[in-house]
Amino acid sequence: MASLVSHPDEVRVVSKRFGQGATNIDRYLELDGYKAVQKALGMQPDAIINEVKNSGLRGRGGAGFSTGMKWSFVPTQSPLPKYVLCNGDESEPGTCKDRLIFEHDPHAVIEGVMIAAIAVGSHTGYIYIRGEYRYLSIVMQKAIKDAYAKGFLGKNIFGSGYDLDIYWHGGAGAYEVGEESALMESLEGKRGIPRIRPPFPAVVGLWGGPTVINNAETLAAVPPILLGGAEWFAGLGTPKNGGTRLFCLAGNLNKPGVYELPMGYNLKKMIYDVGGGIPNGRELKAVVPGGSSTPILTANEIDVAMDFDSVAKTGSMLGSGGVVVLDDSNCIVKFALRTMKFYRHESCGWCIPCREGTDWLEKTLKRFHSGGGVKKDIDNMYYLSENMLGKTFCPLGDAAAMPTMAFVKKFRQEFEDHLDGKPCPFEKTGALAPLPVFA
Amino acid sequence: MKFSPEFESRFAEMLGHYPTKRSVLVPTLLYAQDEIGSLTDEVILELAERLDLTELEVRNVISYYSLLTIKPRGKYNVQVCTNIACMLVGGEELLDHCKKKLGIGHKGTTADGLFTLEEVECIGACSWAPAIQVNYDFHENLTLEKMDRVLDEYRKNETQ
Repeated sequence: MASLVSHPDEVRVVSKRFGQGATNIDRYLELDGYKAVQKALGMQPDAIINEVKNSGLRGRGGAGFSTGMKWSFVPTQSPLPKYVLCNGDESEPGTCKDRLIFEHDPHAVIEGVMIAAIAVGSHTGYIYIRGEYRYLSIVMQKAIKDAYAKGFLGKNIFGSGYDLDIYWHGGAGAYEVGEESALMESLEGKRGIPRIRPPFPAVVGLWGGPTVINNAETLAAVPPILLGGAEWFAGLGTPKNGGTRLFCLAGNLNKPGVYELPMGYNLKKMIYDVGGGIPNGRELKAVVPGGSSTPILTANEIDVAMDFDSVAKTGSMLGSGGVVVLDDSNCIVKFALRTMKFYRHESCGWCIPCREGTDWLEKTLKRFHSGGGVKKDIDNMYYLSENMLGKTFCPLGDAAAMPTMAFVKKFRQEFEDHLDGKPCPFEKTGALAPLPVFA
Repeated sequence: MKFSPEFESRFAEMLGHYPTKRSVLVPTLLYAQDEIGSLTDEVILELAERLDLTELEVRNVISYYSLLTIKPRGKYNVQVCTNIACMLVGGEELLDHCKKKLGIGHKGTTADGLFTLEEVECIGACSWAPAIQVNYDFHENLTLEKMDRVLDEYRKNETQ
């Protein structure tokens, strides 16, 4: 069980029931549970969607798309059944927030799925949880069972005449399945290979029916919005960036942990105040602001408000909320290599720029870190990454290319320090076994 | 092919959750593997028949997901995360330590069949790094000493 932390600057919206025993349905009911969905049942679907739109809630999975807008794309009339799919395949390196939501407040996710379903006129929802989180799929299965037992799910929910079924679904280990179209493929029992878009899932999704796909944190934020009002939620954050967010502080920090902070919270303060600063008398070197696919920020770039638009202005992304902090004892080339090893491992191989690009980048970085790099490799890595951007079905190719371009651009000197057979200046044990150079 | 009654009841229940049979495939493979130890030819054939799929279609899915395996693993699958958040605070040292202590490499299994060691990608324990999973159990905020205790504990449970 993951341990909880707290900080006075926290604003608890999604995490307010953490540590309160809310996995128990009766306890959840005591803590305002299932009130929002009953309110939603008395509202016009358009009104629900507008409320979510006006709240400024944006996708917490990483892309930051307006949730209300996404729901509004679902056609009102559809010959095929409509679905709501909760994405709990959390696997972006640096991110561990959905785990806490499932562990401490599974009913909030169920309630969020219910509201989304009512808003778009769907009668079936799925909650997809990654295979590694077995203990959480057990928690979720029980929560769903309890909700059925109370009559909150199934036929005629809350006596409203509305039928709604929600099921859990488990993965079996794949980062790419966190991407919406691959997620649907996986739920349909296939390899998680992405689908071409358009058509977008809101129009053609699961088994061809219109499908709303939202991250678990996004859906858990929906019930509080309906209860507290769009204006209140929007006011917690910055313009166009409503609410709060679970930030997963990790890496070289004194007080790592998952903290719920208002959107737009200053990154510098997040590192030095909330996260307790850098341990062992070290200095900050860089920070990955939102999971491994977001371009790295140097120590000079951290005076930034952590909302989608402000971080985008720095050339990076707010991403999934995984803030990974590096102290000055770390080698960027090695960090880039480990990042690329991950993307090479997770690339499904469907699109050639991603399959070949991640492989070549990993090989080049490995050679570099072993002291066998050649100068032109530095520009080649940048060029190769540039040519992966936007050329794949799903953003995994972009996710590998974007951080690589930032590593090369912002830490070029460090790459040059590895040239001419020099051992890695940061490695205590000397260079790795060099690989052959294809010059 | 005989699975446990729990497996059978879950399987039957899940079939009712989806408009197509094959949708149960991914979670079912994982549950089958947990019972049998690995996805043997027999398991693959059985599930293919039950879900109206070809064996090849089932194998195709198996090869995509990193938790699924056709090769038997040790009783305890020690999965050490070395991805960025863990790497920064000693994940790689942890992996090296396990390699030495268990005398096996990545995806190796000890001679007594007790442990398999695997270097894995992010397991979602970044704020509690470095972390490992032994089968489905998380062990977090590890040090080399704590790691030893974790492994010794599993070994002890076995000999008792």
